[in-house]
Amino acid sequence: MTAYLSIENVGMTFKGANGPFIALRDIQLQIDSGEFVALIGHSGCGKSTLLNIVAGLTRATTGGVLLQGKEVSDPGPDRAVVFQNHSLLPWLTVYDNVRLAVDKVHSKTKAKAERDEWTRHNLALVGMDHALDKRPHEISGGMKQRVGIARALAMEPKVLLLDEPFGALDALTRATLQDTVMELHAKLKNTVIMITHDVDEAVLLSNRVVMMTNGPAATIGEILTVDLPRPRNRLTLAGDTEYVRCRKEIMEFLYARHRAPAVHAA
Amino acid sequence: MAVKTDVLSKAEMGGESILATLAPRVVNGLRMFAARVLPPILFLALLLAIWEIACSSPGATLPPPSTVLSDTWELIVDPFYDKGNLDKGLFWHLASSLKRVAIGFSLAAIIGIALGVLIGQSTLAFRGLDPIFQVLRTVPPLAWLPLSLAAFRHADPSAIFVITITAIWPIILNTAVGIRNIPQDYRNVSRVLRLNGFEFFFKVMLPATVPFMFTGLKIGIGLSWLAIVAAEMLIGGVGIGFFIWDAWNSSLISEIILALIYVGLVGFMLDRLIGFIGNRVGGFASQ
Repeated sequence: MTAYLSIENVGMTFKGANGPFIALRDIQLQIDSGEFVALIGHSGCGKSTLLNIVAGLTRATTGGVLLQGKEVSDPGPDRAVVFQNHSLLPWLTVYDNVRLAVDKVHSKTKAKAERDEWTRHNLALVGMDHALDKRPHEISGGMKQRVGIARALAMEPKVLLLDEPFGALDALTRATLQDTVMELHAKLKNTVIMITHDVDEAVLLSNRVVMMTNGPAATIGEILTVDLPRPRNRLTLAGDTEYVRCRKEIMEFLYARHRAPAVHAA
Repeated sequence: MAVKTDVLSKAEMGGESILATLAPRVVNGLRMFAARVLPPILFLALLLAIWEIACSSPGATLPPPSTVLSDTWELIVDPFYDKGNLDKGLFWHLASSLKRVAIGFSLAAIIGIALGVLIGQSTLAFRGLDPIFQVLRTVPPLAWLPLSLAAFRHADPSAIFVITITAIWPIILNTAVGIRNIPQDYRNVSRVLRLNGFEFFFKVMLPATVPFMFTGLKIGIGLSWLAIVAAEMLIGGVGIGFFIWDAWNSSLISEIILALIYVGLVGFMLDRLIGFIGNRVGGFASQ
């Protein structure tokens, strides 16, 4: 198999105080170039651990991740991550936060003026070119997340990893950011893996939704293909039969077949 | 100036508005003055009055403020005189104490930050060094003095060593706490970007730790100033600590009191100076 990104037999065991704790087992997933995949599951099912393994921030105990046939062993800009809490450096301006990444990743391939232009270009893509000189504490949560996305895109990653990027945002801000992400995906054809808790978000954005069983020893329960044409519009989709079917499918998985463990549900 | 011209031009345009614009500003200014400046002045006057009354009786062992002022008037008006040897104005004593503190404190800052980074970054270094530091930091500053005199055989380096060893502990410990508190997110960003050790140090670790470092530096400068006065009493030479000891040996109690006031004021300014630099360098962090 020569998929673009291949997660092969990944398992993760943590050494805990009460003996080993198996977080993930037998994760098999092949992702094509340009595909948008959502990972959904209850809290504690190891979604973030799996994303960190793809990012290279965590080493899997068993199995491994192949990107274009090469094994992923450490973090790198070809697998840019947008973190849940934006993680912009507070002492740098919006521009400098992105520029830091651009300078580091494109130092050999782009001249200084080009790097400046590329920084501005990516901030313009996410609609943040009006706040170049603002510091993170001066802009809203949604804007911080936009800058985080611009920083990740500026690295020209082979895979874009979104770790619950909109989890901390209010519903309206969330919706506009989802639209932005859809537009960017249509324009740039990135390969994206996104972690989410939100069923609508998963269906709206993805080509495939990967549903994970509950931990410990979580694994992929089902994979749902979302057969909806793009560009997608949240308004017209609301009553669409395929959209409703996908939504129902995920809801049944999460709330009937794989209910959250009692401790978490409480 | 800009405010005044603004007021004037408004006044020119509409004659009677001058009072309406100016009055609230004056009232506000007075209110600020009354709230901030008056209470300390009032309480100071009250303290001085109590002191004056308490020390005015014939059997009093300490001079009242009026006597202190008249006894030391020459020292106050001419802090720059220099009659050679140790007979110098207060400015020179303070200056040489400050010089020792500057050298000792700078050494403490450099070594302290370096050690703080080491024990903040390396768990092995933390486990090995932290218990030792925790014991050493409780040793009182003056207890180091005989040892440093034995080692350096000269007064000045010994005093500087005492300053360094006194100021260094809060700098080390606060820097280490700052490094340990760098959010994992910043480290993850650095790893995704593949920042090398050098870039990580200057672009992430240092800016993230600055507020903690300055907490340590602020405590450190206060301790150095405490220690220098005590150390100079023992080692002699020019310095405000020696000045106080010398005045005591000559029974010039008024001069001691004057020196204490200067020591307090200089200590206060040192504290504010470090605080000011800290806010300048790491002001973002409070937001």
